[in-house]
Amino acid sequence: MRILVVEDDKDVANFIVKGLKEVGHVVEHSNNGRDGLFMAASETFDAIVLDRMLPGGVDGLRLLETLRSQNNNTPVLFLSAMAQVDDRVRGLKAGGDDYMTKPFAFAELLARVEALARRGKGEGPQTKVVVADLEMDLLSRGVRRAGQKIDLQPREFRLLEFLMRHAGQVVTRTMLLEGVWDYHFDPQTNVIDVHVSRLRQKVDKPFASPLIHTVRNAGYMLRPEAP
Amino acid sequence: MIYASLFGVSALALAAFLVWSTAGLLDRETDAAINADSQGLRERYNLFGLPGLVDTIEQRLAGNIDADAIYLLVTPDFRPIRGNLVGWPRPVTMDSDWFEVPVERGKRRTLVRLHHFDLLNGYHLLIGRDVQVRAELRRVIYDAMLWAAVIASLLGLVGAWAVRGLFRRTLADVAATAAAISSGDFTRRVLVTGDGDEFDLLAETINDMLERIARLMDGVRQVSNAIAHDLRTPIARARMRLEDAGNHAHSAADLRAAIERAQVDLDGIVAIFQALLRIAEIEAGARRSAFSAVNISSLLRDLAELYEAVAEDGGHVLATDVPDGLVAYGDREMIQQAVANLLDNALKFSPSGGMIRLAASTSANRLDVTVADAGPGIPSAERGQAVERFFRGERARSTPGSGLGLALVQAVALLHGGSLALEDNAPGLRAVLRLPVRG
Repeated sequence: MRILVVEDDKDVANFIVKGLKEVGHVVEHSNNGRDGLFMAASETFDAIVLDRMLPGGVDGLRLLETLRSQNNNTPVLFLSAMAQVDDRVRGLKAGGDDYMTKPFAFAELLARVEALARRGKGEGPQTKVVVADLEMDLLSRGVRRAGQKIDLQPREFRLLEFLMRHAGQVVTRTMLLEGVWDYHFDPQTNVIDVHVSRLRQKVDKPFASPLIHTVRNAGYMLRPEAP
Repeated sequence: MIYASLFGVSALALAAFLVWSTAGLLDRETDAAINADSQGLRERYNLFGLPGLVDTIEQRLAGNIDADAIYLLVTPDFRPIRGNLVGWPRPVTMDSDWFEVPVERGKRRTLVRLHHFDLLNGYHLLIGRDVQVRAELRRVIYDAMLWAAVIASLLGLVGAWAVRGLFRRTLADVAATAAAISSGDFTRRVLVTGDGDEFDLLAETINDMLERIARLMDGVRQVSNAIAHDLRTPIARARMRLEDAGNHAHSAADLRAAIERAQVDLDGIVAIFQALLRIAEIEAGARRSAFSAVNISSLLRDLAELYEAVAEDGGHVLATDVPDGLVAYGDREMIQQAVANLLDNALKFSPSGGMIRLAASTSANRLDVTVADAGPGIPSAERGQAVERFFRGERARSTPGSGLGLALVQAVALLHGGSLALEDNAPGLRAVLRLPVRG
């Protein structure tokens, strides 16, 4: 994927660029708002990682507002040291698709950027999601694996739906907490792990190969077992 | 001074108006009577000439219709023909029509107002009224007004002086308090007299403000102390791990493990900062504008659902007792986080098989969210401090945690105008978060 990183801190920028390139993305970098805006407006990217405080007279919010006013809908992930709830709200209101605060774990950033870039591909409304032998019917809210019906609680259904929609991508605990429960704080207890492990009991345990995998230091990934 | 002079000016304006409307009225009435008289005489003169005029004057004098009426008809060389004046009054000249002159009338001196007409053939006619009584009345009114003005000015000055003294006393105290506080004495407060008047209200408002500032300052001091002391430990640990790995690690795997452990330590530090910032943000009160009615019933049930699995996993029982349709006024995310913190604590401190209760009840205009556990509880001596940042109870030292959980709950409660009560659950802790039902 083509990703634009607009970040003025040299160390942070190198860290992100290196990490994204390592997993095979094409990365452009700009260290100020003006050039960043120019690149974002004149080229096509799958996602933009945007710092909020930038030199060059154009800060992150202005950059994004300008971009959105030109009907450019490239997914944008804010990466900022401004961590207050109001900052987050302002970032999302300006047209940001996601908001992360520094310091951050690269795994979290990567997972979120990839999720955004894929979402940008808009496949239209779906009625059915299929991963390997796991099928989810979004209309009747039924789940089958290898033809066998699986009974899920409403929340388990949403958790599985989230994992399936992001099949093949890393999904972090914070993403699950936000996407499935709509909570924007980090509980001290390992609530997400417990819920995922319960889901595994129903979706993976009775079958030969597991679909829900734990990704060390990052989160979870739903994918077919590698052959 | 400004108010005193304003008062003086308005008093003068009132006096002037009174003078104009009483004395002025008398003046105008006199002039109107003279004008009416002269109108009548002129008509007679136009019809019957000089003899007619003389007759009419005679009739009017004889009829004695108005004792104050004055007439005098003179020849061109000012010899009187008819009239009730002895002679042409000296001050009356030809260059003006209206005069007010003193004359001898009968045996007394009196003041008359005269209108002078030139007739054909050089004859002159004076028509007038005796205004002695009116002049006296006017003098009485002027005197009265003068005295009133003097008294009003005196009262105004005394009043202004008294009010100024009152203000000066109160403001001097406020100023002294403000000065003391800006020079660092945060214990000073404005004197409340207990009269329950507006000055007391002002004093109480200022004192409330100072109270809040002092609390915030305390918070800042506490936080900087805590950063200096409590954050040192995890930072030191992370540093030590990295240094130790740099010196002693024998394999890449050892090194990697040490780095990962240090990362976990650093993440912990970041989480502490995050929590501190969040508390500071809540205490600053900026989010109060985002308050709205929050469905507490569904909020609590969602949280219960999230935590039930965890409770079961740890061998605890989470019992929920939440009636339908509970609504509080506030910030949804903050209340979520506050209750989640209470549940985190309850889970952390509960013994295996322990019962955790999440309940809500409402009365009049407040809503209580209760989280009770059967853990070790908090000794009553420590309950006051338990909500302070970085406080770790004696029995909590061995468990992981930053000592910020209850501080955040407390901050949320206070922002909502509610409270956090820590009670004995015998055994265990019962935390009650009180929220207002209406804004």
